[in-house]
Amino acid sequence: MRKIISVLLIVVLTVSAVTLAGCGSSRVSEITSPTGTYTRDLEGTTINVFNWGEYISDGSEGSLDVNAAFEALTGIKVNYMNFESNEAMYSKLKSGAVSYDIIIPSDYMIARLLEENMLQPLDFSKIDNFHYIADEYKNLYYDPDNAYTVPYSVGMVGLIYNTTMVEEAPTSWSAMWDSRYADDILTFNNPRDTFAIAQFLLGIDINSTDTADWDRAAEKLKEQNPLLQARVMDEVFNKMEGGNAALAPYYAGDYLTMADNNPDLAFVYPEEGTNIFVDAACVPANAQNYDAAMMYINFLLEPEVALANAEYICYASPNTAVVENPDYSLYQNEILYPAEEDKPKTQYFHNMEESIRTYYEKLWEEILLADE
Amino acid sequence: MKKRSFAQRIAGAPYILWAALFIVIPMAIVVYYAFTDANGQFSFDNIKQLADYKETFLISFEYSFIATVITLIISYPFAYLMSKKSAASQRIMMMLVMLPMWMNLLIRTYSWMNILERNGIINNFLEQFGIEPLKMIGTPGAVIFGMIYNYIPYMIIPIYNVMSKIDKSLLESAEDLGSNGLSKLRRVILPLSMPGVISGFTMVFVPSVSTFYISQKLGGGKVMLIGDAIERQMQTSYNYNLGASLSLVLMIVILISMIVVNRFAGDDDLLI
Repeated sequence: MRKIISVLLIVVLTVSAVTLAGCGSSRVSEITSPTGTYTRDLEGTTINVFNWGEYISDGSEGSLDVNAAFEALTGIKVNYMNFESNEAMYSKLKSGAVSYDIIIPSDYMIARLLEENMLQPLDFSKIDNFHYIADEYKNLYYDPDNAYTVPYSVGMVGLIYNTTMVEEAPTSWSAMWDSRYADDILTFNNPRDTFAIAQFLLGIDINSTDTADWDRAAEKLKEQNPLLQARVMDEVFNKMEGGNAALAPYYAGDYLTMADNNPDLAFVYPEEGTNIFVDAACVPANAQNYDAAMMYINFLLEPEVALANAEYICYASPNTAVVENPDYSLYQNEILYPAEEDKPKTQYFHNMEESIRTYYEKLWEEILLADE
Repeated sequence: MKKRSFAQRIAGAPYILWAALFIVIPMAIVVYYAFTDANGQFSFDNIKQLADYKETFLISFEYSFIATVITLIISYPFAYLMSKKSAASQRIMMMLVMLPMWMNLLIRTYSWMNILERNGIINNFLEQFGIEPLKMIGTPGAVIFGMIYNYIPYMIIPIYNVMSKIDKSLLESAEDLGSNGLSKLRRVILPLSMPGVISGFTMVFVPSVSTFYISQKLGGGKVMLIGDAIERQMQTSYNYNLGASLSLVLMIVILISMIVVNRFAGDDDLLI
């Protein structure tokens, strides 16, 4: 009996190993026509790249393996590492245990890093692909002279809903307080994104430095507690794709992924406005391989590379070579690239001072405690 | 007590080194963080803030206690029956108990999400019979269930180990002296299996009370246990000091409750 089971297990494991290995065989690990300037002067050196998880085209399903293509082109070895949140990235960087040459955090975190002198200016004379970046993503609030950052990816939060479970299509964040959808409402499981929804609804600045504003938002969120099914982050995919909840706020790009698996899902940018974010490449002050970092950033802007990344990540691209490419599968997609008149009102998160941060973290705990 | 020989002392060295490096020093760091503020100054602020978490502590202990008691009620008769079976059946039963543990805790818990969801496997099944969907995910019941499911092997195994070592002749003599089934259980098996029950209780209760993953996934982020509070302080709020003081108090409370459990069992020699 035991022998049969062991044999079966071995067969299953071998078969799955073989089939899984098969997927990687068609990866593309070279780009055909680089538009930027690259040298092989730094061949044999290494750069440490620190980016979000699942946030670069990695060669799966026949896509371009960006890091392998960079190695093929320049001979520089890419040591690629992932983080889960801006805060996790910050604490790694602050600890100084590893020196990173490139990091790709979000806007408000870049503002904080700049305040703390943890970044160094980029040498734009070496980044000749920078002209591909759309003007609206240049000189953003966190880097007004655009000296430190090159935008990588853009996203907006919207409301995802299941058309079979709502009575009419929502247009406002107030749907998340609608008692008809009790137990079918999901929300974010982090304070900043959750507060932002209540703040937009109440017409409060999401970057308010007045604690009374945060108190009002917290009261509103406590009202929502009894209606919530769950506070989620990545679990939202499973829940919305499976038709387990009617409403969930999440990122537009992720909605596209979910809609592929559940055609009943729809998406709206609520009329009160929403949060927009930009993730951008920057170089920490203690980087070891600065020139290679410039080449890598330039490489990320390559039309072929940026297209592969945009297809893989599914978020909006700040790169005009991608946005204007009719072969791009999300070309003129009305959710990622809404027409001028359909564009939602958007606001960036700013870096909040320590005292406000502590204050809203405390309120957040109170909201969670009130939920029990 | 006999003096230990040189060889005996050497044999203990690797573990003593391990314990110093990975238990004593980290504990000292926890204590240090618990009594300092963000600037490294001595402070009682973190300890004072703990008052806000009274409810969270109570809920964590309540849920874990319920889970542990239910686990015990399921495990005890099973372990007894298992110890009565033939050697071959015991091996197979043991394998079946262990089988879920071959899979990672995170994956097992994630799978339960799909089963307990609003549109999950159970509700789909009920729908076939026209039964209204049950609200399971995001409830305390789901969290307690998750604890029972994940930690039940830690209860069965120690109880089974103790039971299978009970000398058959003790049971025979009990019968010879006129014990019927019930009094045999009450006066022989139960006292002799107590060490297994105590260690099973500890091994289920302690991880349950400090869990955060199970409550996050099955409780839908709505059931906040003390493990969640600690995780959030460490991962997102970056308040290591408060996180450390929560951990410290949790450890102390667990220690006290284990001492109480051991006393209750009337055996001072047991390890905590």
